[in-house]
Amino acid sequence: MSADIISLSATELAAAIAAGELSAQEVFETYRSRSAADDCNAYTWLADTAPADIDQHTGPLAGVPLAVKDLFCTDGVPSQAGSKILADYRPPYTATVVTKLLDAGATLLGKTNQDEFAMGSSTETCAFGPVLNPWDRTRVPGGSSGGSAAAVAGGLAPWALGTDTGGSIRQPAAFCGLVGLKPTYGTCSRYGMIAFASSLDQAGTLTRDVKDAALLYAHMVGRDENDSTSLQHPEQMRVPSREDLRGIRIGVPESLLQTDSGFDAGVREAFERTLKLAEQLGATLEPCELPHAPHALAAYYIIAPAEASANLARFDGVRYGLRVAGDEDLTTMYSRTRAQGFGAEVKRRIMLGTYALSSGYYDAYYGTAQRVRTKVADDFRQAFDRFDFVATPTTPGVAFELGAKTADPLSMYLNDVWTVPMSLAGIPAISLPVGLSEGLPVGLQLAGPAFSENRLLDAAYALEQTIGFDGSSAREEVAA
Amino acid sequence: MSATARYEPVIGLEIHVQLKTRTKMFCGCELSFGDKPNVHTCPRCLGLPGTLPVANAQAIHFGMMIGLALGCEIAPRSRFHRKNYFYPDLPKGYQISQHDVPLCSGGRLGDVRIVRVHVEEDAAKLVHLGASGRISDADRSFVDFNRGGTPLAEIVTEPDLHSTDEMREWLTLLRTTMRTLGVSDVNMAEGSLRVDANVSVRPVGTTELGVKTELKNMNSFRFLQQAIDAEVERQIGLIEAGEPIEQQTMHFAPTTGELTPMRTKEEAHDYRYFPEPDLVPVLATDEMIAAARDALPELPAARAERFARELHLPEDRAREIAFRAELADFYERALQADGGVDPLVAANWIQSLVERLPDEGDPADSKVTPQAFARLVTLASVSSISRDAGRKVLDILVEQGGDPETIVEREGLAAISGEDSGLAEIVAAGIAADPAAAAEIKSGNNKAMGPLVGYVMRETKGRANGSEVSRLIREQLGL
Amino acid sequence: MPLRRRSLRIGCVLSPEQVNHVAQLARLELTESETEVMAGELSKVLGYIEQISELDLTGVEPTSHVIDLVNALRADVPHKSLPVAVALASAPEPVQGGFGVPSPGGTAE
Repeated sequence: MSADIISLSATELAAAIAAGELSAQEVFETYRSRSAADDCNAYTWLADTAPADIDQHTGPLAGVPLAVKDLFCTDGVPSQAGSKILADYRPPYTATVVTKLLDAGATLLGKTNQDEFAMGSSTETCAFGPVLNPWDRTRVPGGSSGGSAAAVAGGLAPWALGTDTGGSIRQPAAFCGLVGLKPTYGTCSRYGMIAFASSLDQAGTLTRDVKDAALLYAHMVGRDENDSTSLQHPEQMRVPSREDLRGIRIGVPESLLQTDSGFDAGVREAFERTLKLAEQLGATLEPCELPHAPHALAAYYIIAPAEASANLARFDGVRYGLRVAGDEDLTTMYSRTRAQGFGAEVKRRIMLGTYALSSGYYDAYYGTAQRVRTKVADDFRQAFDRFDFVATPTTPGVAFELGAKTADPLSMYLNDVWTVPMSLAGIPAISLPVGLSEGLPVGLQLAGPAFSENRLLDAAYALEQTIGFDGSSAREEVAA
Repeated sequence: MSATARYEPVIGLEIHVQLKTRTKMFCGCELSFGDKPNVHTCPRCLGLPGTLPVANAQAIHFGMMIGLALGCEIAPRSRFHRKNYFYPDLPKGYQISQHDVPLCSGGRLGDVRIVRVHVEEDAAKLVHLGASGRISDADRSFVDFNRGGTPLAEIVTEPDLHSTDEMREWLTLLRTTMRTLGVSDVNMAEGSLRVDANVSVRPVGTTELGVKTELKNMNSFRFLQQAIDAEVERQIGLIEAGEPIEQQTMHFAPTTGELTPMRTKEEAHDYRYFPEPDLVPVLATDEMIAAARDALPELPAARAERFARELHLPEDRAREIAFRAELADFYERALQADGGVDPLVAANWIQSLVERLPDEGDPADSKVTPQAFARLVTLASVSSISRDAGRKVLDILVEQGGDPETIVEREGLAAISGEDSGLAEIVAAGIAADPAAAAEIKSGNNKAMGPLVGYVMRETKGRANGSEVSRLIREQLGL
Repeated sequence: MPLRRRSLRIGCVLSPEQVNHVAQLARLELTESETEVMAGELSKVLGYIEQISELDLTGVEPTSHVIDLVNALRADVPHKSLPVAVALASAPEPVQGGFGVPSPGGTAE
């Protein structure tokens, strides 16, 4: 019974529960007990039981359990953003996108582990221990939404919410064989998302397949009066159904793919194989130029830390969270609280950001980076005059071993070289699992112009159906 | 020429005005007045993780009204910035303000040019738990976030003021303008008006600006004036002694008159401004500007002009009254209460009223009503009471209220004049008592009227009508 | 705002003094060895970031928002504030209805 439940996608679960074929209570309990036995450290908090009235929940997502990345505020439930400085912090309100999903009938299963304050690409910087990749527990699941990715990949949750600032959904999706969607900036509310980089953060989905991604996103999207930077998606989200790629023009940014970050041969092979498949499905492929995209990572590592340095200034021990007391000097209280509450990566980025904004350096760093950003966005706009989508591998390599990149921050940052340009431009991008390299998943990234989610999901669906990627092996390993 | 006279002060002001909206600048908490701590807070103004600001449309509207009233250009597209620093009264660790593109810029009020007007959020309140409540005494404090997030308009002037008297007059005009607009209570003692001054000196006749220092946290116009006067003196002293003036913030102690530099760390000025990513720009649409313009009431300068033009008041008297909203309002209500009141006479009596009120006092806070005031003016102008008696009546009206006729009757202040009043006999007695004065008057020296008039006034306890007395004196002397 | 431009020297290295200054601005207490390590790590990252100084960006406007929204304004209507107990629920030092802190020595600026 439980094996059947695990084999169903979220869309199928919703339908089965609505049709009375499955009980919401049973579905929740199945996932809950699997999660309780989790050895990947995917969760920081797990519900004790299903809500008493779960079988009475209504709505299109009624009865489908949802795992939520820790940095989404959930009223009365720990929301710690993977940080010691917020250990056991329980907010008095719930993030808008979570509220929308709960209103649509979904149930909160648990809060997932993440890199501290979403800063990282491996989920090794969390204060509550690293997360392991269900495909190979000696390896990282990617980050910062590694907990959400591990939960879905390991069959601990049918689907999960993540956030993506420079690749934090797409990269773990690629490492864990999942579909990861980072939507157009502004289409999902950021209210209640503990902020990392305000102009880049976006809520998004981690799911087994494209249809689930479309369903989940459809119930997250919408203008929120609590978020001044949110807007109404001009289109209604629809269920993807495309069977081929006829008439689709895909651009491949060759110069971007010449990277310093070690382009793994297995990844390259899977990528090229998938491009050929796309052609067979009727797409036309051509090289496209994104001249400034190679500089996107450098600009990102100024903009994101700069915004983060201000966003994290509120963690000062005054109103909530950790306080290191015992010294009567206010400045020392601040400095010690923050020194002890933040991990090394967060401190590095706060320092980097503070430096980039400091007197005399603003124009050279932040000002310049925001101009690079304009060019990166312009490059995409021009590319989308000729192409429907741009395609890249999601990451240069497959999931690396725990500890392999922690000694050198820069080597960790280079993981994001192909996901960051889309973040800077605010355009939507999806990572789709397209095969394995040495037994580990490889992701393809498709990016489209702003508000092109429907077409993006449709194209991804067509590819997905043809590829037939099977992620079930990672799900079986969890102790039943 | 003394050192002081060789130099002129150069004063620029940075004014913060708390806006009278219903809710805070970036959240829907109500503005607070003396409530218990932290009863008007929410996740946003507490700076809880995950919260985002949403700008108050009314605060923007008020900001535009202020800009228009000050003759500024409204920026077609202005934006918010983060001003980053750490302090317990700043929950996010940054203040949302405006930096490179303020809401309004380039205006003028009176003789002072306005550099800019922008909107921002106020900090919270730090309460010190020492014996005196002063920060120097305390080793523990607590933060009350009721005030945090209140909308502020910041007004910055060019250093166009060259004396503290000028400054006080100009600030009075500014305050009246804000009150007339209805955008703020502008009460310095309550904190809805805060004025910081940038002060430097230069030799008279030169145009170069000297090093300036900053004065903050004064809670009355008077203390601000004293502080600036003291700082000007201090700077002149340094210049004369050949010593440099350090650019710093000075603290003035009103009780001792002492000026001490505040300890400012150099890094405290590094606010690391960058555009606020959580807020989108403010586009000043035609509708918004029209709405702001339509909401402008008659402003003090225009009101003064109207007083001069329609009521025929001399310009300086018109400005004196019009530049203080509370006086002008009282004055106009008095004129309305009694259509026969002569505006100029009433204006002169306003002067007497001001003398009987506390500094910067509002007639509406005293017991005299506009109606009673109007009656008093009428009684005095038709000589039913003398000027002296009128002043006595005004004293009583201010302190106890009531109506003038009743008071005149009760206190026996009715003017002595007319044929049955016995005034002629008193005049005759006065002439008889001082033949020298009488002789002087007869020989054309009008100054000698004084002693005779004075005699009569004393005898009548001030109730005689002055011009009647003069007439009788002349009559009886055969002039 | 007046700009004091500092050019990015290729391969600029952050000194421990600079690191200390930035740590003070950011209210982060670092030990001496942490400062040294941080100086090395940040220098390396800054060295990578340097590349953007080589780009020709004349006439390019900076992007502060990727979306073209304006006037996201809210009506001046009150909402329900938090009960004080909830506001103080996570306070490390609630005192007299407020958030207790050691007294600042002097003023913010």
